[in-house]
This record gives sequence, C-alpha cells and structure tokens, in this order.
Amino acid sequence: MTATTTAPLAATPAHMTKQPSARLRAWATRAPLLPALVFMIAVTQLPFVATLVISFFDWNALYPKARHFTGLDNYHQVLTDAALRHSVWTTVLLTVAVVLASLVLGLALALLLDRRFRGRGIVRTLLIAPFLVVPVAAALLWKHVLYNPEYGLLNGLLHYVGGPQPDWISNTPLLAVEASLVWQWTPFMMLILLAGLQSRDQQQIEAARVDGANDWQIFRHLTLPHLRRYLELGALLGSIYIVQNFDAVFTITSGGLGTANLPYTVYQSFYQAHDNGLASAAGVLVVIGSIIIATFALRVVSSLFREEVSRA
Amino acid sequence: MTAVLRRNGLGLVAWLAGIVFFLPIAWMALTSFHSEADAATNPPSFGASLTLDGYREFFGSGGGASPWPALINSTVASVVSTLCVLLLALPAAYALSIRPVKKWTDVLFFFLSTKMLPVVAGLLPIYLFAKNAGMLDNIWLLVILYTAMNLPIAVWMMQSFLAEVPVAIIEAARVDGARLPTILARVVAPIALPGIAATSLICFIFSWNELLFARVLTGVVAETAPVFLTGFITSQGLFLAKVCAASLVISLPVLAAGFAAQDKLVQGLSLGAVK
Repeated sequence: MTATTTAPLAATPAHMTKQPSARLRAWATRAPLLPALVFMIAVTQLPFVATLVISFFDWNALYPKARHFTGLDNYHQVLTDAALRHSVWTTVLLTVAVVLASLVLGLALALLLDRRFRGRGIVRTLLIAPFLVVPVAAALLWKHVLYNPEYGLLNGLLHYVGGPQPDWISNTPLLAVEASLVWQWTPFMMLILLAGLQSRDQQQIEAARVDGANDWQIFRHLTLPHLRRYLELGALLGSIYIVQNFDAVFTITSGGLGTANLPYTVYQSFYQAHDNGLASAAGVLVVIGSIIIATFALRVVSSLFREEVSRA
Repeated sequence: MTAVLRRNGLGLVAWLAGIVFFLPIAWMALTSFHSEADAATNPPSFGASLTLDGYREFFGSGGGASPWPALINSTVASVVSTLCVLLLALPAAYALSIRPVKKWTDVLFFFLSTKMLPVVAGLLPIYLFAKNAGMLDNIWLLVILYTAMNLPIAVWMMQSFLAEVPVAIIEAARVDGARLPTILARVVAPIALPGIAATSLICFIFSWNELLFARVLTGVVAETAPVFLTGFITSQGLFLAKVCAASLVISLPVLAAGFAAQDKLVQGLSLGAVK
C-alpha cells in the first residue's frame, strides 16, 4: 500500500518537492523492508511469546480441562529435574566437543589445501562431500553402515588388523554422536578457514620470509592472528547450529544412553509426555542460553561487519 | 630436494585425508549396489557382485512404501519456500543496502537474531496453532515455516551482494523515471544475479534438510524426504542396501547443488562475512 502510493513521489527529483515529501520519502525507503519484517515478527516472535505464556501454566495436553496458572512452578521443576539438568550438560559437552574438534581438524585440512599439489581440486571436493549429505542420511550412515557391531565398516576394518570389535553406540554413545557431527562439520570449518588463508597478504609473508622467518614463525605471528576472526566466525556459526542439533541425536541414539540434549528433551516432553507447560519452560531456558551465546556472537559479527563497512 | 619431498609429502597427506573423509560416502554408495546378503557381512565384501535391488526396494517395487510422495513434498516445500524468501528478501535487502534506512544495522541484527532463536522455542505454539487451524500434516504450513527459517540468512546474504551494485546506476535509472519494481528487475537483478542464485541454493538446501518441524507437523500426507528417512532408524541389517540407496537418492539434490556452488555456499553460510 505504502509502496504504491509513495513510489511516484520518491521518483520525483528532489529539487522539485522539498519539504512535504521528506516524510513520505522516508517511508518509501522503508516500505520494501516492511513485508519481510512483519512476516518475521509474525512467524518467529509471536510463537515465542506464546511459549513464554504457556510456560507459566500447568498444562498437560492429555488433561486439557485441568489447565491452570502456576507461576514459576514449571521453571522450578525443570531446574530441579535431574534428567533435564543432565540434558543441559549434554548440550554443552556436545557443542563444545564438536566445535573444537571440527575447528582443529578443519584448520589442519585448510593448511594442507592452501598448498599447491596435484589434484587439489579433487581433494577439496572429496573433503566437502560430508557436509553435503542430508543430516538424517548422514546419521543413518553412521548408525547402520559404520557403527554396526556385526557388519559395520569400522569393525570390518578392525577385523583386518585383528583389533577388538566394540559396540560403538552402546559403549560410547555420546562420542558416537559427536564423531558423526565432527565428520559433517569439519568441511564447513575448513571452507571458512581456507577462505581466510587465501585472503592473507602475500607480500607481507614474502617480506617476513626475506627477513629470515621460518614457516612456524610465519604461522604463529602472521597467519594465526589473521585467521582469528575466521576461527571466531566458525566457532560461532558452528555453535549456533550444533546447540540446536536434533537430527543426529534423534537418529543415532533416539536420545537414549544419556545423549538427550535440550532440543531433544523439549521435543520429547511435549511430543511424547504431552506436558505443554514443562516443555515451554524448557524451551524458554534454551532461548536464554542461546541469548547468552548470541550476545557474544553478535559482537563478533558486528566487529566483522564494521571492518567491512570501513573498508568500503 | 627436501622442499620438493615436503611439498609432495604434504600433498599425499592431503589426499589421504580427503580419502578418509570420503570413505563413508564411497562405502555407502558401494553398499547401495550390493544385495542385502552381501551388504551385511563381516569382514566387508569389497568384490561382491553389483545389483540395483536396493534401489528397486527403495522406490517401492518391493512392496514397501513409495518414497515419491515424500520426494514431491520436499521439492514443493523447498522450491516454493525459496521463491517466497526471494520475494520478501529482495526488496528488504534492497532497502538495507542501496538506500540505507536510519539504524539499518539494527534492522539487520534483528533479522540475524531471529536465526539464533532455537526452533524449539516456538515449536509448541506452532503445533497447537496448526492443530486448531486444521493445518497439521499440511505441506503449506512447512512452506511458511521454511520461508521464515531462511529469510534472515537470505536478507543478510543479499544485502552483502546488493551492496556491490553501484548506487550511481540506480540513481540514473531513478532520474529516468524508473520505479522500484523496474529498478529491481532491470538494474539490480542482473548485477546481483550470481549472489541471488547462491542465496536460493542455500535456502533450498536448508529446507530440503530440515527435520524437526517436518517431523512434528507432518504425518502421512505431507511427509518430507528426511521424515521418510527416519523410518529407517530402527531398521535391521536386512535392509542395509535399501538404507544406503535411500540416503544417497535423498542427498543427491543437495550434493549436486553444493558441489556446483562450493565457494558461494561458504560465503552464504557465514552470512557474507567471508569473501
């Protein structure tokens, strides 16, 4: 509406209409933004407000008539529930382990791929592939094709070296989930860090080399400081996605054996236990946790952003 | 001498790493062409004869549920939501990059922050709403949600791509009397087209991959490909070849799209921060 009525005005050269059109012009500038903004608020913010409201009610979907306001009871219950506290811990452990391991591996691979060698393009393509498998499919691949104690590839290979043939998922359930996620996310970290490596100032490196710096000194004093913001970005984006991971936990262990993270627990408490109030309170707590990460995250992104603006 | 050796040596290490990372996928592909009996052996059978039985089973000629409805649902949800995202994000990104509004970085950060809101935070109200509105098991609900899921990323990516369009050209078009739709279609789109293509690709991939919403909000009719795959979670060894065939077929669109746009993919995923 606003767009159609003000667009001709906005198109009028500024010297013809000065004062009265200023406000209209401001609206014309904002108008293209509005549909997206309104849509986002309606689809993401409103449901969250609803979650917040529901979290103050004692409300089991199986007994809808017994619904009543209970204040902070749900939060109290969530915070004192041992299983739930455990899932908080699992979420932290899963996220930190996967992000760190895939960052370190990704850095090593990026350093290898930054060099010229025969078939570099092919190796790069091979390395990216794990990130491009649909997450559920990747989780199924690890669960059935690799981890299976009887005919999985891992134990099949161990057979040739005569090693033990453990039941991976039962013995080390969380590690099994983490390994599959590290496999999926290492390529992503590698791609970000490779972009970082390739944006280094080559002249600076040449100058350092002429001055007699060796490879390690160049890496330690030039490459690593330059990569810092890329490492931060990788850690940040990895955390955002892995904190929310549902697919791998759901597929590989179905949340069993102590691997239920928060998203899985919230899913379970309303999808299976039908406890709307508890699920909402847990969901709100996930959001609070995410806000803490996001505050830090936005600072990193905004510093990247400022750099970009000042460069322009 | 040592320099040559070192360069080749490290190249070899890179090759080895590439093969190790790709091995599970190669093994999955090989297994998908084995008979179920050959797939479930220990030690693994490398030389077993190849067959298309796994694929025949997956596509339903073996009596199981046909994956076609799920594949079609995924295609509809991914393609239509991507188009909706473009329709909403392009004008928004235009406003943010070419004619910056006051406090425009705040608006950008608002968009980005919605991406950090965990899906579980809104899942229950959306489920209850869908149930009361009779929209459970309806693919169009997923279209709306996937549009919202990808819109923030798309706005961020596109504003960084559109920022590369010279303002002078746009001003010239404006002086010539062109209106916003014309400017977008005739001036901005051609220059920003590669970026728009990359954005679409990423939205497509995220929608195609999504599981949690689809799992909770769909059932029989609107089931998507990842939900179809969850049917294999408890599958026993008998169906290994079928599981592999299913996983590969369903991953194929993402693999193809991802290989085609490797650089744009990472730039998009890092919200345009890495150039």
